[in-house]
Amino acid sequence: MSLFKVFDVAGSAMNAQSVRMNVTASNLANAGSVSGDPDKVYRAKQPVFSTLLASHDDQSGLAGVRLEGVVESAAPLQMRFQPDHPEADADGNVYVTNVSTVEEMVNMMSASRSYKNNVEMINTTKDLLLQTLSLGR
Amino acid sequence: MDIPALSQYEQALRFRAQRNQVLSSNIANADTPNYKARDLDFADALKGARQESIGLTATSDQHKQAWGTTRDGAHTMYRVPTQSTLDGNTVEMDVEQAAFAENAIQYRASLAFLDGQIRSLRYALKGGD
Repeated sequence: MSLFKVFDVAGSAMNAQSVRMNVTASNLANAGSVSGDPDKVYRAKQPVFSTLLASHDDQSGLAGVRLEGVVESAAPLQMRFQPDHPEADADGNVYVTNVSTVEEMVNMMSASRSYKNNVEMINTTKDLLLQTLSLGR
Repeated sequence: MDIPALSQYEQALRFRAQRNQVLSSNIANADTPNYKARDLDFADALKGARQESIGLTATSDQHKQAWGTTRDGAHTMYRVPTQSTLDGNTVEMDVEQAAFAENAIQYRASLAFLDGQIRSLRYALKGGD
């Protein structure tokens, strides 16, 4: 019964989207954090998705989502002159994280909508399967 | 026993189930870079069902079908996007959602037809009542 595979596909997508939500939450929690050492500053993290095909010849059209990993943003850190800051380095500078709050909010909305889409998909497919099971009753 | 009245709806259901799979893969990969949305064409599947011998004859498990051809003769084809995206993804959520909903209704329709056929067969077997 090929409809069952939809659950795997939607499940993999929901897993990927929930990781994206977690990463976004970490980014938002660390928005605005500063440090005197540019190597220790929190950098925005982003999950990387890729397509997970069922097989090499790919006749079924089935494609799940695989999480390739989480990468750190290479965007430049903002340097701020703040000699009174307890974390300031010898020159009186602190480094601000490169998390963009606006970007993260958009990310969060996109992730939650995609997650909902997958839930809807599972519900519809579940209905179809249940109706198929009651065929001829 | 192969009852022709039932097998045509069974084929339709199989096509709908497969299209459901393809469309859900599209929706699942809505945020995957470089994913290309795919779909099945009903007219194509119908043509394949009419001329049964469209697929390659496989005498071993290792034989492959012609690329993109499903066992039922329908081809998975790439969708042409109306708007391009920066990450190379061609899934357009509104199009996919509409297609998914339409396909689910068509599945239910085939199911209802099949149910009706089974009911009338049962009615005939019981001799009324």
